[in-house]
Amino acid sequence: MLQGHQSWVFQSRPVILASAAVGGPFEAKGALADDFDLLHDDLRMGQDSYEKAEKKLLEDACNKAIEKAGKKKEDVQFFLSGDLINQIISSSFTARTLAIPYLGIFGACSCSMEGLALAALLVDSQSAELVLAATSSHNSAVEKQFRYPTEYGSQKPPTAQWTVTGAGAALLGQEGNGLRVTAATIGRVVDMGLSDPFNMGGAMAPAAVDTIQAHFRDLGSDPSHYDLIATGDLGQVGHQLASDLLKKHGIEMPDEKFTDCGKLIYTRKQPVIAGGSGCACSAVVTYGHLFNRMYRGELNKILVVATGALLSPLSFQQKESIPSIAHAVVIEKEERE
Amino acid sequence: MSDKSKKKLTPTQQEYQAFAKRREPKRPVFKNSLKAFLVGGIICTIGQGFQWFYMTFFDFTETTAGNPTVATMIILSVILTSLGVYDHIAQWAGGGTIVPVTGFANTLASAALDHRSEGFVLGVGGNMFKIAGPVITYGVFSAFIIGLIAVALKALGGM
Repeated sequence: MLQGHQSWVFQSRPVILASAAVGGPFEAKGALADDFDLLHDDLRMGQDSYEKAEKKLLEDACNKAIEKAGKKKEDVQFFLSGDLINQIISSSFTARTLAIPYLGIFGACSCSMEGLALAALLVDSQSAELVLAATSSHNSAVEKQFRYPTEYGSQKPPTAQWTVTGAGAALLGQEGNGLRVTAATIGRVVDMGLSDPFNMGGAMAPAAVDTIQAHFRDLGSDPSHYDLIATGDLGQVGHQLASDLLKKHGIEMPDEKFTDCGKLIYTRKQPVIAGGSGCACSAVVTYGHLFNRMYRGELNKILVVATGALLSPLSFQQKESIPSIAHAVVIEKEERE
Repeated sequence: MSDKSKKKLTPTQQEYQAFAKRREPKRPVFKNSLKAFLVGGIICTIGQGFQWFYMTFFDFTETTAGNPTVATMIILSVILTSLGVYDHIAQWAGGGTIVPVTGFANTLASAALDHRSEGFVLGVGGNMFKIAGPVITYGVFSAFIIGLIAVALKALGGM
C-alpha cells in the first residue's frame, strides 16, 4: 500500500522464509566469514570464466535459500534478480537453470533491496505465494568490465572500493516463521555531477541520504525507530559523507546505529582501500550477517538502504557523470512491540 | 574537475562537490612519488644487472645487450603478472612499476589473461592491446611528427 510519496507499507508483513549468502575466497578471509552459508575457495568456482563463476555463485545462493526454507523450486512463482554484468546475464542464466518465471531487474548495486521490495510487493498483493529475490557480483568479472584487467598494475586511489565476490538470495512467502518485510522506500535517481569511477561512495552518498529522508518523511519515522540503519556499499568515504550530509539536513543519526555493509564485510588488514562494493555487498551482509544478528535477537528492526551507481563503462568514457540510486527496505522480527 | 564542466552544474551539485571534496582522503602524492622513485630505480637496477650479465658472460656489446635485457625484464613481468603478484606490487609502487618496460608487459599480459575466456582470436587477440594500444598509437604518431620535423629541419640545412 502506498504511503506518502514513494513508500510502500506491506500490511500482510511478508515473511522471509529463508535467506542465503555465498562468497568467494577473499570473503572467506573477511570479517563476516562465519555468516556465509557457503564459501568457495576457488575464485573461478571451478568454472572456466569469471562470468560463469558469478552465475555459479548466484545459482548456489538461490538453491541454498530454497533448500533452507524446505521448499522446492517448483513451488516458487517468481524469481527477481539483477547483477552488474552486461545485460544481466548472471541473473538470466541462473533463471534458465532454475526454470522459475523470471523478472530481470537492474539497479546496479541496489539490486538486492530493489528485488526484496518488489518481492514483498508481489507477496503482499497476493500476486504470489513464494518469491525469490537474489543478486550477485564477482570482483574479477566487474573489474574486467568496468575498469582494468584484474592483474593490471595500476595504483588505486584511497577512495577506491573492492567489489564483493558473492551472491545473496531471500525467499519470501505469505505465511510462516521468520523475519518480516514491513515497508520499503523506492529511491529516485540523484546525480551530483561526480564522474570519478574510483569514488563511487562519494557519488552514491547523496542518493542514500535522499532515500533515507524520503523514508522518514513518508513513514513519519526517525532513526530512533530502528536498531540499525545500514547503507549498501558506500565504503568509508561515502558513508562518512552520508553521515555528514544527514547531519547537515538536520537528521540526528547516532553513529552506533548507522553503518555500511561495505565497511562491515572485510577486515582492516585486507587491501580493500575504502571498503566493499558491488551487488553482492549489501546482499550477503544483509542476508547473512544482519539477519543472523536479528535471529540472535541483537536487532529487532533494521533499515537497509542499498545504493547503486547507474553508470556504464561507455557512459564513463563519454565523460558522463554517475547517476545514483538507493532503495530502502524495513525488516522486522516477528513479534510486534 | 575542470572549470568547463563545473559551469554546467547546478548550485546544489557544486555545493555537494565542494562538500565531498573536503572529505575526500588526499592522495599521498609525495609518499607515492618517493615509492615510485624507489621501485622504478630498483627495476632499472635489476635491468642494469642483466645488461652486465649479458655483456660479461655472452658476446654482447653495451648496445646489443639491450635486446636480451628488455626480453628478460618482459618475461619476468609477465611471470609476475600471471602469478597475480604484479598488481599488488603496483598498488604500492604506483608509477614505479608502470613507467619501465615491465609495466608495458603487464598491460599486455593482464589484458590477455582476462580475455582468454573469449577465445584466442576475439578474446586474447582483440583485447591484448586494450590498454597498451593508445601508447603504441600515439607513440608511432608522435614519432612520425617528430620525424617530419627532423626531415624538414635537415632540408633547410638546420642540422
